[in-house]
Amino acid sequence: MTAPQPSMLELDNIQHMLLTRVPAMMGRYEFLSFGDPAGGRKWLAEMVERVHSAADVVATLDSSQRWITLAFTWNGLRALGMPDDALVTFPDEFREGMASRADILGDTGVNHPDNWVDGLAGDDLHAIAILFARDAEEHGRCVTEHDRLLARCPGVRKVSFLDVSATPPFTYSHDHFGYRDRLSEPVMEGSGREPTPGSGAPLKPGEFILGYPDENGPPVNLPQPEELSRNGSYMAYRRLEEHVGLFRDYLRDNAETKEDQELLAAKFMGRWRSGAPLVLAPEHDDPELADDPMRNNNFNYKEMDPHGYAVPFGAHIRRVNPRDTASYINRRRMIRRGGTYGPHLPEDAHEDGVERGIAAFVICASLVRQFEFAQNVWINDPTFHELGNERDPIIGNQDGTFEFKVPKRPIRKVLKGLPAFTTVKGGAYFFLPGLNGLRYLATL
Amino acid sequence: MAAFDHEWSKPAAMAIPESGYFEMERGRFGPIFPRTPACYGFSIIAKVKPGREEAIRQHGKTLEAAVAADPDVLAVLKLHYLRWNLFPVGDDLYFQYLGIFDTDFDKYTEDAVMLFSQTGIDTVFTNLEGFPEDWKENPDGFVKFVREHHHPSFLEYGEYPYVTADEVKKALRLKAAFSDMLDQMQ
Repeated sequence: MTAPQPSMLELDNIQHMLLTRVPAMMGRYEFLSFGDPAGGRKWLAEMVERVHSAADVVATLDSSQRWITLAFTWNGLRALGMPDDALVTFPDEFREGMASRADILGDTGVNHPDNWVDGLAGDDLHAIAILFARDAEEHGRCVTEHDRLLARCPGVRKVSFLDVSATPPFTYSHDHFGYRDRLSEPVMEGSGREPTPGSGAPLKPGEFILGYPDENGPPVNLPQPEELSRNGSYMAYRRLEEHVGLFRDYLRDNAETKEDQELLAAKFMGRWRSGAPLVLAPEHDDPELADDPMRNNNFNYKEMDPHGYAVPFGAHIRRVNPRDTASYINRRRMIRRGGTYGPHLPEDAHEDGVERGIAAFVICASLVRQFEFAQNVWINDPTFHELGNERDPIIGNQDGTFEFKVPKRPIRKVLKGLPAFTTVKGGAYFFLPGLNGLRYLATL
Repeated sequence: MAAFDHEWSKPAAMAIPESGYFEMERGRFGPIFPRTPACYGFSIIAKVKPGREEAIRQHGKTLEAAVAADPDVLAVLKLHYLRWNLFPVGDDLYFQYLGIFDTDFDKYTEDAVMLFSQTGIDTVFTNLEGFPEDWKENPDGFVKFVREHHHPSFLEYGEYPYVTADEVKKALRLKAAFSDMLDQMQ
């Protein structure tokens, strides 16, 4: 492997979301439709001047109050006036869109696009503007400003929106189930970051950003024109409702003591809710370990947990990143961003029927090789790791017919008829252009 | 799963429709072919470029050496058996790659292509007509070739149906362990 070359990435042209997590406490996802190409381009021309590049965001992180990311569906690129001969150069999965790939992704039953909300499955979904804000006041200001801009742009319509915000306790990032997030993330060569121990070597940037060498070699099959595709990426959006009351009831019904309930929650995830990995803390939670980035990701499975006694083979993190037990893992890595939505459900409260969950983005250079593979094989394949009748206990498509096996001496524990702790409420495939691409689109 | 339900004890045969599947189920690269009593399989049949027979036969030696050097080199494919054949049809020579797998080939196609590239199996394919010239840089073209030249079977039989290679190895390991235990009891 060649040494990292910090100057290789065009950080001035890459949207910040690809490389940075910003200190936002709130956000708004605006889903848009362009009834008129000129109106859409007018909106984009004003917005592009406000988008932080990966270089800007680092230089202005302390002084910035808001951060904008823009991305487009294939229908959106067409609605902005892209010529047909360029549109056909995008890969099939992106052109078809997430809703059309439902069977491949496992979005069936209640997760089917027929049941999606926010107009996410429709052909008139053209763009997303992600408005992240440092606090509630800035959030309100950004939404008002954006509404004013929409009013100035003929034919640009808000299909729907979703507000996201951190959920308490605010001392660390976690979902509504209480699982700590952001503990394992791939690092790109040239990003200036060092992977934490256990996170693997830095990956070729082409695994995430178009126009750069990937783990297989030089870039191939780039969408045209290159002015649009270079520094761009693909982004799979998933809105997942988390059934927090059901999840807590399940833990209580299937484990007697509070400690055993925490252990069961950890077995589903592969980490304690604190974030401490089960491979390193198999019997008791270890919050200090969870807080230590030099240790909290430093484990493998093949040598340290070959039989799954710590992390069951079907546990969430063992599926979505099988580490040393998967072949060519470097071709399957993804970047995750996003936030939680809906109100916090206090620990002692019963299910209130209000929707809450995570609204996440999976960023990769190939939707079919990375995101769709993860959905199809790692998350929803019942025979993953020879398990026979399991899907991911947290985000797999569960219909009550699957089980979850917890390896244990002398006899494993089998939880039959696992309920669905999450439901897919919507999703879409977006292209996340570089700033060069945004300018190209604005001046079509 | 069938093997877990002791269906392995009852030999089974399955006749498969001409399409290769019973109901259309879409995978990432095309239709998903069903699991049969003989597990999953793949039969790639393609015409050999004129004068390349010896080159293809030589690759049998290449693979033999690769497995001898690293017995786990093909593990990613989840294989039971692999058979390569050359046979004439009229004046032409055809190559058949027949593999019996434990996974639906669609799921791990990219891994297989990567493995082919690393073990020299890919160069067998360069002797076949229609194989993309830019296969090294363009794995998608390799995937497309494999899908287009797959001929699904219309009958499959398993004497111990639906059993995976891992289960067979586990059972044999268990037998060995029991033998060892009995030895220790003497």
